[in-house]
Amino acid sequence: MTAPELAAETTYRDALREAIREAMIEDERVFIMGEDVAEYGGTYAVTKGLYKEFGRDRVRNTPLSEAGFVGAGIGAALGGMLPIVEIMTVNFSLLALDQIVNTAATLRHMSGGQFHIPVVIRMTTGAGRQLAAQHSHSLECWFAHVPGLRVVAPATVTDARWMLKAAMADPDPVIVFEHNGLYNSSGPVLPGPVDLTTAEIRRPGTDLTIVASAGMVSKSLEAAEQLGDRNVSAEVIDLRSLRPLDRATLAKSVEHTSRAVVVDEGWRSVGLSAEIAAGITEDCFYRLDAPVCRVASREVPIPYPRHLEDAAIPQVHDIVAGAMTVMTGSLADV
Amino acid sequence: MSETAPPPTATARIFKMPSLGADMESAAVLEWLVQPGDLVQRGDVIARVETEKSDIDVEIWEKGRVIAHLVEIGEDVPVGTPILQLGTSVESTDPISATPAVVAPSSSSTGTGPAPAQVRERVFIPEPVAEHDLPPTSEPARDLRASPLARSMASALDIDLATIAGSGPEGAIIARDLPFNSMEGTVEAPAKSQPVAIDRMREAIATRMARANHEIPHYHLERDVDLGTAMDWLERSNECVPPGERVLPAALFVKAVARSMAEHPNLNGFWVDDRFQAGDGVHVGMAISLRTGGLVIPTIVNADRRTISEVMSSLREMVAGSRSGSMRSSWMHEATVTVTNLGTNGADRVHGVIFPPQVALIGFGRIAARPWVAEEQVRPRPVVTISLAADHRATDGATGSRLLSTLAHSLEHPEEL
Repeated sequence: MTAPELAAETTYRDALREAIREAMIEDERVFIMGEDVAEYGGTYAVTKGLYKEFGRDRVRNTPLSEAGFVGAGIGAALGGMLPIVEIMTVNFSLLALDQIVNTAATLRHMSGGQFHIPVVIRMTTGAGRQLAAQHSHSLECWFAHVPGLRVVAPATVTDARWMLKAAMADPDPVIVFEHNGLYNSSGPVLPGPVDLTTAEIRRPGTDLTIVASAGMVSKSLEAAEQLGDRNVSAEVIDLRSLRPLDRATLAKSVEHTSRAVVVDEGWRSVGLSAEIAAGITEDCFYRLDAPVCRVASREVPIPYPRHLEDAAIPQVHDIVAGAMTVMTGSLADV
Repeated sequence: MSETAPPPTATARIFKMPSLGADMESAAVLEWLVQPGDLVQRGDVIARVETEKSDIDVEIWEKGRVIAHLVEIGEDVPVGTPILQLGTSVESTDPISATPAVVAPSSSSTGTGPAPAQVRERVFIPEPVAEHDLPPTSEPARDLRASPLARSMASALDIDLATIAGSGPEGAIIARDLPFNSMEGTVEAPAKSQPVAIDRMREAIATRMARANHEIPHYHLERDVDLGTAMDWLERSNECVPPGERVLPAALFVKAVARSMAEHPNLNGFWVDDRFQAGDGVHVGMAISLRTGGLVIPTIVNADRRTISEVMSSLREMVAGSRSGSMRSSWMHEATVTVTNLGTNGADRVHGVIFPPQVALIGFGRIAARPWVAEEQVRPRPVVTISLAADHRATDGATGSRLLSTLAHSLEHPEEL
C-alpha cells in the first residue's frame, strides 16, 4: 500500500474493482465472469475498465444462466483457476443454489480435504433502490446456514477493498454480499489487511449493543447518534462475517451493555437476526437485563413503491424505537 | 407395576430409564431395589437393569417417595421410558402405595435397599450435576418477573428480590432497580454471570477432582523401576505376533497393578461413610485422555484374573471406543483403583489425584533411558517412575510402600505375570 493510495478517498465500487484488479495482476489464474461484466462493466459498474485492461479471456460475459456459469466457476476453481463469479442479485443466485450448496460447499469435505474450491462468488443484496420484489431481497441467511461456505458482507470502503482480497486468498468458497446501497458510498481506504472472521465495533457505547451488517450498519450508526440525544450510549457492531459469526465479539459487548438490538434487512422469521439473538442469549443469559430485540424487514416481498419499500425495511427510527424498547420496556416516548 | 400406577398428580414426577452408555438403547429391569412407599435419596440404587452389555445398578438423581413402578420386570424398554413414579412430598404417603397390592410379587425380598457399596457413581455418566448442586430457589422468587441480570446481581448481593419494586416492563425487576449503585465495583461480575461453556465432562471432572482434593488427605510415594527385563520380554513375546495384537507396556502396567492390588487389598476399594470398604475384585480404571480434551475412565473388571493379552485387547478396544465416543456399558463398572499412564511422550512422573471414592491411584511416567546402577556398574536402562497417590485415611505410607515394592518386583519379573 503506497502513501498516495492511503490518502485517496474512493467509492465502495472502486474499492472492489481495485481488489479485483490487484488479484488479476498478481496471479494470472484469476479471472472474472458474469452477466455483462465485460464491455458493459457489470450491472453496478464494478468491473468497468477491466475488460480493456485484461482482455476477453479474463473478463468473460456469460449467458443468463446462473446455474451454468456458477457451476463453470466452481469447475474452473476445481481445475486450478481462481475465478470470481459475479451474480447480479442474490435473488438470481437461487438458480445457482444447487451448484453452491451441493457442490462448492461440499466437495472439500466429501473428498476428505483433497479438493478445494477457491471460488469467490460476489452478489448484490438489499433493497432501497425501487427494484421491486425480484431484485431487492436480502437472502444472506440462506447461505450463512450452510457449512462449507464462508459468507461476508463488507459495509465500508476499507472492508470492500481488503475483505475481497482476503476472500481471493481463501482456498475455499467465499460468498461476498455487496449491498446495492453501498456502491456509491465513499471514504478513505484504510490500511489492510481485514480478515474474514472478525466483527468490528464501529462505535463504542455502554448502554446497549446494536448488531448490524452491510446496509444496516450506517443506519445503526445514525440511530446511535439519535440515541445519544436521549442519553443512551449505543455500541454498534458491524458483523462483517455472517458465517462464521464472531460470537466472541458480540458476547464481550453484551457482557458490559446487558442489552442488545439486532438489526437485519432480511425477514424476521427464521433469519439471521434469530440466530444472532439466540447466540447472545446463550452466551450472555445471566448478563441480560432485557429481552434481545430484533429489528428486521416486514414479512412481505419487498414492494416497489418508494413509501412501501421504506416501510418494509428497517429504518433509523425503527432502530431507535427498538433500542428504546430495550432501554425502557415501552415504546411510549419514541 | 403399571396397572397399579395411580394417575400422575401435580406433585408426581417420573424417573426415566437412563442412558448408561453411549451405545445403550434399551434395558430391562431385572430387579426393583425400591418399592412403592420407600423413600429414596439422590444416589440410591433403585433397580438393577440388564442392558445389552451388562447388568447395571441404576441410581436415582432426586429424592422423594416411590409411588409406583411403571414397567414390568423383564420388559425391555427404550432409554427415556418412564420407569418409576415419584412423589415430591416426602412426608405424605399415598394410601395406595401402602397397600400390599402394589408390591410387585416377583420382586426380590432382598432388594429392600441399596447396598452402600453400590451407592456411587461410576465413570462420567452424564448426570444432572449442576441441577442438584444449585441451592434451592425459593418459590416466590421464581414467580417474580426479573431479568437474568437482576437475578444474578440479587444473588451475588444476597438480596431478596421480593423486597424490590420493579421498574421494567409489567413491573419486571431489572438491574437498575437493585441497590447496587452504592456498591458499584463489588458486583462487577457476579459469579454466575460468566459465560460458562464448560461441557458436561469438564464439569464432572471438575466436581470430582475438586472433591478429591478437598476431602482426601493424599500421600504420594514414588519408585523407579528398571524395565530392561520387561522390555526384552515384551520384544520376545511380540516377535511372532501380528502388529495389531502386540502387547504394549501399558498392558504390563495394568496387569502388574492388578496383581499387586490383589496382594494389598487395603489399597483396593473405597472410602465410604468414614471407613474403608474393600473392593469385590480388582477392577482397574484406566484414565484415557480424549483428543477433544477431557478424559474417561473405563474399567477392566477383574483385571488380576486376565492374561496380559486379554488386558491388552481390552485396552485397545477402550482407547478406540473412548476416543470415538462409543463407550460400552461393560466399561462402566465401578473401578476399585485407577491407573494413569502418561505414555512415551509424557511427563517423567505423575503426582496424581485420587478418583473418589477410591483410595489409590497409580501413575506411570514415561519410559526413558536413564543411568542405572546394578552390580556396581552404571548402565543405561529403560526406567519408569511409578507413583502412588493414596488416601491417608485408609492406609499409611508403609502400606503404600509395600505395594510399590510388589509392583516393582512384578515388573522386574514379567514372566510371572
